[in-house]
Amino acid sequence: MTVATEFKRRDFLKATVTLGGGLLISAYIPQWNKTRAATLVDATHPFAPNAFVRVGTDDSITIIANHSEMGQGVYTSLPMMLAEELECDWTKVRVEPAPVDPAYNHSVFGLQMTGGSTTTTSEYDRFRKMGAMARIMLIAAAAQNWNVDAQTCRAEKGYVIHAASGRRAAYGSLAEAASKQTPPTDIPLKDPKNFTIIGKPIHRLDTPSKTNGTAQFGLDVYIPGMLTAVVARAPVFGGKVVSFNADKAKAIPGVVDVLQVPSGVVVIAKGFWPAKLGREKLDITWDDGPGANISSVALRKEYAETSRTPGIVAKKIGDPAGALAGSAKKITAEFEVPYLSHSMMEPLNTVVDLRSDSCEVWTGTQFETMDRLAAAKVAGLKPEQVKLNTTLLGGGFGRRANPACDFVTEAVEVAKVAKAPVKVVWTREDDIRGGWYRPLWYDHFEAGLDAQGNPVAWLHTIVGQSIMAGTLFEQFGIKNGIDSASVEGAADILYGIPNLLVDLHSPKSLVPVQWWRSVGHSHTGFSVEAFLDQVAHAGGKDPYQLRRTLLANQPRMLAVLDLAAKKANWGGPLPAGRARGIAGHFSFDSYVAQVAEVSIDKDGTPRVHKIVASVDCGRVINPDTVKAQIEGGIIFGLTAALKTEITLENGRVQQSNFNNYPMVRMYDSPEIEVHIVESAEKPTGVGEPGVPPVAPAIANALLVLTGKPIRRLPIKAEDLRSA
Amino acid sequence: MISFTVNGKPVSVEDPPSTPLLWVLRDSLQLTGTKFGCGMALCGACTVHIDGEAVRSCVAPVSRAEGKKITTIEGISPDATHPLQEAWIEIEVPQCGYCQSGQIMSAAVLLRENPKPTDEDIDEAMSGNICRCGTYPRIRRAIHRAAEIQAQRAAK
Repeated sequence: MTVATEFKRRDFLKATVTLGGGLLISAYIPQWNKTRAATLVDATHPFAPNAFVRVGTDDSITIIANHSEMGQGVYTSLPMMLAEELECDWTKVRVEPAPVDPAYNHSVFGLQMTGGSTTTTSEYDRFRKMGAMARIMLIAAAAQNWNVDAQTCRAEKGYVIHAASGRRAAYGSLAEAASKQTPPTDIPLKDPKNFTIIGKPIHRLDTPSKTNGTAQFGLDVYIPGMLTAVVARAPVFGGKVVSFNADKAKAIPGVVDVLQVPSGVVVIAKGFWPAKLGREKLDITWDDGPGANISSVALRKEYAETSRTPGIVAKKIGDPAGALAGSAKKITAEFEVPYLSHSMMEPLNTVVDLRSDSCEVWTGTQFETMDRLAAAKVAGLKPEQVKLNTTLLGGGFGRRANPACDFVTEAVEVAKVAKAPVKVVWTREDDIRGGWYRPLWYDHFEAGLDAQGNPVAWLHTIVGQSIMAGTLFEQFGIKNGIDSASVEGAADILYGIPNLLVDLHSPKSLVPVQWWRSVGHSHTGFSVEAFLDQVAHAGGKDPYQLRRTLLANQPRMLAVLDLAAKKANWGGPLPAGRARGIAGHFSFDSYVAQVAEVSIDKDGTPRVHKIVASVDCGRVINPDTVKAQIEGGIIFGLTAALKTEITLENGRVQQSNFNNYPMVRMYDSPEIEVHIVESAEKPTGVGEPGVPPVAPAIANALLVLTGKPIRRLPIKAEDLRSA
Repeated sequence: MISFTVNGKPVSVEDPPSTPLLWVLRDSLQLTGTKFGCGMALCGACTVHIDGEAVRSCVAPVSRAEGKKITTIEGISPDATHPLQEAWIEIEVPQCGYCQSGQIMSAAVLLRENPKPTDEDIDEAMSGNICRCGTYPRIRRAIHRAAEIQAQRAAK
């Protein structure tokens, strides 16, 4: 079976969804998958009512997590949701990663994966129901033992209690009997006012292991007889090996073999170090192909010209051209952002043990179903013959949900030629030069203001590669030539501007692009919010007040904006040389606003002193995790705003490691405050929405300080010199 | 053959002397708490102690360890009760957690040398360690908290 037919068979994403956001939850289907649940049962864990939980005779509660832990805290928030209804003793809760099985498919996307800031929102109902199912069966078992009506019993902290008779039984003692109960079909859920776990700042289950060296990431997997491999990949995207000489590489002690694979030349050795030394000694002749002509300087020029021509219309409201022509004042601006690498701290890696009739894979992935299919295809096996183990991920940010399953595919190709268990390790240089970047974007804006300075026409042309084009996601993610991820955050702006046009150009390139924390919002958040401040200044309006006016019909965004402004003391006094900038952005169904307090250092570079953020992500599962995700999103966005860009010349990526692709470090990490809006709405995303408002909030503060608009990221000292 | 102690245990390894200590710890001794992040001493994920000094093990040849005492995250305390480990849990510092071994190993030297570090001291001591998840504000808080825990223990 090909990946494509598997994909169709699963009706993947029949619902109108995008990976980037705009989630539309399809009807909830209780899927407890008895087949899978049966495999969880053993002598000491007799009770597994569904695929997500098992109860041990020792009172242990094991919760099976079908989403990957990459720092966002789902190995705690998923158990919290289930435990809330199970009424178990939280100290007895353990979590383990799910194997690949349809039982664990994403409740909306229809395949096993982690992304789009959707774990909580997509599992909120299912995990609570799976916990409630177990509780109902445990109560039924106790009631039967005691020969009382189940309605007269209740569950509390891992015990079933019959108050009338004073009897109580621990879950472990009931596990065997519970396994013989009929699963309920009607599973009522708690009134949220009775929640005891959801909404509390529960300590993460994975933290101790991440402070003592025991947490196991993909790179930490060692299996008997395993060799280590590094791959020399083409220096130009699309390049191919013509010939190679491995004599010097093979002379390195510890190098076992040097072989060709589809992605390049692999050096297989006893350990990483000889493999890396061996790769340095390789002599490879490459056919660069047409990719050798790629230059980011030329690309930016080309995109700029394209942005001044009409694209395919993504959104049109009213009569934008007419309203612009009739406006009292017109302003135009252009914005650009570069290719960006995800640069997770743990470089990509995959361990493969390939046998004639089986294949076992260990990797930190966000894309289990697709990766297993890809591994099976390369290995010439059925998907069921491939066992894929999801380890902890040392960061993901989208990179480990690769639409081409690049790192797993390559590792199985390596295992095929290595004829031994093998771990493929990417170096930092491989990571930074390896493509799958956030696309380079160019945005052209025109706005028309009325005599009172309010925007009445807003025209926004976007130029950038489509992430979904040419992938399996094309069939649902691209409609009428519009990749929804390219225009998210622009075509769906919340501001009440009566005449709006958003159009799109999607040039093709050999540089592979991919979703990167906040996807399309990572550029539209910047361009829309920075342009809005230019509009405010042109119309003589306070940027916060203009936003308030335009958000009159958006109470949630307005409340978030007001909260950030209040907590940041918007309009209040500041030390000399400092200014505040404000920005808000709606993404992944969550509302975030940020106020940045910024100055310019003596060396001419911007310094961000403080960021005050507010977030409305619906009902909060774990407030400390929400805060952590917004804090992390801010630092991630700050690196993009101030530090990083991937550039190419003669098709070669010019950056290679953290010396020339620098990250925000402790000394330039600002004070961060996060304020959460209390809400009873359905939970929504928090992994990504913290990123988009960072850059525009900083840019808007710099506009106040210098009078000169920021029009590109990363912000450079030369962009701050007064106009 | 190069001999040294790791977390109090004597070891001898046959890796070539120029092999970075990081890969000896990971590939030969299977002490995987010490992480590979950049290979150029730019990110700090591989930080260990050689005779008490913080060293980026990705660029330190194993020959440098000869006869020395190496401490890794696995050996920073016998029972995971180092003030930094406790503070890290209390403040809930880690996200993905990959860089945190190196963060703790760097912070441990800071706290030993400077029991009451200021924010500026933390900036200076910790700016060699990158955290892509952006846990810096919590690392800062946790180091201050660990300083308190250390002081309380010393007072007892």
